[in-house]
Amino acid sequence: MIEGILIGLSTALTLQNIFMVMIGCFFGTIIGMLPGLGPMTAIALMIPITYGFDPATGLILMAGVYYGAVFGGSTSSILLNAPGVPGTVATSFDGYPMAQQGKAGKALAIAAWSSFAGGTFSAIYLLFLAPSLSKVSLSFRSPDYFALMILGLTAIAAFSSKGQFLKAMMMVVLGLMLASVGQDSLSDITRFTFDNMNLTDGISFVLVVMATFAMSEALTIILKRNDPTAAAKQVSLTELGSIKIEKEDRKKMYKTIPRSSVIGFLIGVLPGAGATIASFLAYGMERNLVNDDEKQKFGKGSVNGLSAPETANNAACSGSFVPMLTLGIPGSGTTAVMLGALLGFGVQPGPRLYMTNPEIFWSIIMSMYIGMVILLILNLPLIPYIARILAVPKNYLIPLILFFSITGIYVMSFNNFDIYLMIGIAVVATFLRLYDFPMPPLILAFVLGGLMEENLRRSLLLSNGSWEFLWDRMLTLCILLTTAFIVIWHIYKTFMKKN
Amino acid sequence: MNINTTKIISLLFFIFSVFYLYTAYQIQVFTFDENAPFNAKTFPIYLGYAGLFFSGLKLILPDPKTIKVEHRNLEYKKTTILIIIAIIYGATILKVGYFLTTSFFLFGSYYFLGERRWILMFLLSFPFVAAFMYLLHGVLEIYLRDPFLQLIGVMG
Repeated sequence: MIEGILIGLSTALTLQNIFMVMIGCFFGTIIGMLPGLGPMTAIALMIPITYGFDPATGLILMAGVYYGAVFGGSTSSILLNAPGVPGTVATSFDGYPMAQQGKAGKALAIAAWSSFAGGTFSAIYLLFLAPSLSKVSLSFRSPDYFALMILGLTAIAAFSSKGQFLKAMMMVVLGLMLASVGQDSLSDITRFTFDNMNLTDGISFVLVVMATFAMSEALTIILKRNDPTAAAKQVSLTELGSIKIEKEDRKKMYKTIPRSSVIGFLIGVLPGAGATIASFLAYGMERNLVNDDEKQKFGKGSVNGLSAPETANNAACSGSFVPMLTLGIPGSGTTAVMLGALLGFGVQPGPRLYMTNPEIFWSIIMSMYIGMVILLILNLPLIPYIARILAVPKNYLIPLILFFSITGIYVMSFNNFDIYLMIGIAVVATFLRLYDFPMPPLILAFVLGGLMEENLRRSLLLSNGSWEFLWDRMLTLCILLTTAFIVIWHIYKTFMKKN
Repeated sequence: MNINTTKIISLLFFIFSVFYLYTAYQIQVFTFDENAPFNAKTFPIYLGYAGLFFSGLKLILPDPKTIKVEHRNLEYKKTTILIIIAIIYGATILKVGYFLTTSFFLFGSYYFLGERRWILMFLLSFPFVAAFMYLLHGVLEIYLRDPFLQLIGVMG
């Protein structure tokens, strides 16, 4: 492991990669601060730029964007009570009241230090857990992988659906259907191409991500007459106050951070759960653990109430890398985008990644830590100025997002058809968004579609067409029972809510 | 059963799943693969049934929360114009070239979204695209096809 860490450090600490983390954190912070535009959009917009780099550098850039976006989301939660990303909603419960009391600088500092500490702890957990889990996952067989993917898709549908599980499951199926377009990987038989040569290679992952996130978010902003930059214009450079954290507050954070980082990391590892649930759980747990006096302060500017969700959401971000790096199965929409990018680089994540491409595996882990440091020393003092950049009118922001999306597809294929297809998918996605159909399950399903079919193929061929492989192994059976429980529970809940 | 737009979307998805399933059954597989435990159409067939199952459930089960969209408050005009500009951009980018089409696309989008600060609009279109092209093509060595710039000898 020491050797791996050194490899990772030597890769992550090159001048180019440090610069990439800085760019990523900066860009991510800007996008993350804009309500409605989350880390997935930020990463999607970065994909075309990464084509020019090696896989490690590209991923380091994307990881920086991810952390920056989460940090940026916290900033808008604290300063404007307008969470840029769902994972920072809980941050606003105590961050915004603190800012209203004239302690915005302090709230930002608490958030930054908590994020840093949460990220540091989880990077350490990841450091030890990822290689061990990789070894364990080597014993996984095709039926286990197939069952895990179904669990991942069901879980992300359950957690991202805001109570509309069936809508999310429809998006999962749609994602898998889109992934089935093109040549079958084994027999080369074309499917759903309708004799169109442009579809023979299937629909590009970047195209789907750009269409369902970057482009459709831009169209939704125009359609709903939202102005994500309006809130940023309210931020005043002079009203932030001191960024110093008093000794008494630091003492409170010393207790909150370790426990919130554990819960955040564990929730992050679970497929589909992610930063939002982690931050809410950490907030709730912290409220139960503090004394009665402190409990009264929750919702009115509590240090513990701010520190807990901030620690947990950053820890969850690192945790979500565990299933992606060790099993090759992303646990969230954001890591699904990163997995797609990795596949685009020709790197297959999974249990063997840390043996076949140790520089990628370890440099991602190391760059997470470097990203945290950069966020702390660069972004904290720069936040008011970054907020000013956001005051760019939406009349400029939206065309620029569309421009980046179309350029991303153009440089990839030099094909008009792909641009039309992207616009078509974006229009459909915009319409679906209006009616609360979630997009992350679609992306995760699209990324996992090929792998799922491959593992089902192997399982069925090995069992000679029998479905017994689903209950032959205890591991497969347990995973599938968990999946069945989630499905039945959510359908039952839907039914009971109305009655 | 209360009919709302979500139910209509579910119905459309149901119909789409029927079409998908029909197309999946039409996939031509090799003769020796016809009776194999798994062939090119197996997975799509399962997906078709999954689509029918979930959209069917959505149609039958009551909606836990009805989404109401105020269509009168939506900005259809600007969104449609933006989509049309994007389609024109996509149609011309290969023939005219990246620089001109992208610059005009950005300039046109700013204009139709209501921007009238001409100098800023110009700066954030033509020079901005030139700088971005330099970054992609010159620095990152990502190939950009541009017949116009090649014609006037700016690009090799």
